[in-house]
Amino acid sequence: MEHERVKPSRRKFLKTAATVAGTAIGIKLLASSRYLLFAAEPKDETLPWYGIVFDIEKCIGCGKCAKSCKIENDVPREPFYFRTWVEQYTVKNDGSVDIISPNGGIDGFEQRVPDGEIFKSYFVPKMCNHCSKSPCIQVCPVGATFDSPEGIVLIDEKYCIGCRYCVQACPYGCRFIHPEKKVASKCTLCYHRLKKNLDPVCIEVCPTGARMYGNLRDPNSKLVKFLKEHTTQVLRPHLNTGSKLYYNALRMEVK
Amino acid sequence: MNFFIPPQLKRLALAFAIFISAFLIVRHFLVPETFGQYGFYRGASLEEIGQTPMKYAGQKACLDCHQDIDDLKQQDVHSEISCETCHGPGQKHSENGDTTLLELHVSRESCGICHSKNAAKQKNAIFQVDLLEHNTQKNCIECHNPHQPWNMKE
Repeated sequence: MEHERVKPSRRKFLKTAATVAGTAIGIKLLASSRYLLFAAEPKDETLPWYGIVFDIEKCIGCGKCAKSCKIENDVPREPFYFRTWVEQYTVKNDGSVDIISPNGGIDGFEQRVPDGEIFKSYFVPKMCNHCSKSPCIQVCPVGATFDSPEGIVLIDEKYCIGCRYCVQACPYGCRFIHPEKKVASKCTLCYHRLKKNLDPVCIEVCPTGARMYGNLRDPNSKLVKFLKEHTTQVLRPHLNTGSKLYYNALRMEVK
Repeated sequence: MNFFIPPQLKRLALAFAIFISAFLIVRHFLVPETFGQYGFYRGASLEEIGQTPMKYAGQKACLDCHQDIDDLKQQDVHSEISCETCHGPGQKHSENGDTTLLELHVSRESCGICHSKNAAKQKNAIFQVDLLEHNTQKNCIECHNPHQPWNMKE
């Protein structure tokens, strides 16, 4: 009896061991080509991993960022195409909120709420959050939008079929269809300038330093230091987009 | 061991083989060469996006020729502001300084875009002026030098 009991258990053990080993080898083989299976690709640790900080307390709503971005990146001049723009929030004493963004803030702002009624007012600059788990990449059916090795969400204009899925998927409203090229368009964090060791143009022209960017992997970078010292928050954290655009002094009215 | 394979299965296997190989051939020609180089996208597009022409030259390019202005600027409150914030895009000017000049923005409105009074500007973020009250008959640059705003002219 004993002799018979040992035999099937050994066979069972060998079978299990073979299955486990086979699975492990299979996964190992698949992992080398996993960029063909998953949207997220292996990250190169030697490259910077960019993050951005907007300091609401410093923004004065001059709109230089929106204006320079339109010039630098040939964004259509119509007032509904923006890669970055500024919004003015005014919380009134009765609790209602007045939100305006005339021409994205390019021509400056005028306070339309009388001083006596204002409880709190501030500017919120906005642009692509360069999410690390971005919904727009996940919905792209052809692989035309992607996460660069530096963590910048980019669009391959030659490959984009203009299906508009990503425009709908972005919870921050940061994408639009270019009226002439008929492809999706958005902030590139001035990838062409970063490649030449220049700052993104909105950060270059910001007169008060309300906009900052830097390498999140470098513990000594200005950006990481700022994040350590301030209470920052991303937009819509409940959506788990892995946003890398952090706001200092973000208030609950901001959507 | 002698298996009997029904003839319809043989034909089906042949059809599958033709279909799969045709798919692989078509796929080979449709998928761009650099697709999958770094991830699920065309690797060459990174370089293409990187070659977008610039319009703004960046502060360093300005300092190559205009170090004297920057020396003035460093002595006053506008020291941290990039040249192109007020002067506009300067890439063409930096490549060919004699023929392409930058526009000058010297109106009350162009100063006011930052300095006009607005409750949304935080008090310590910027010095604010009520453009409807402060010396309404004069242009800002008649008293203030934009590079040294507190070095008042006569």
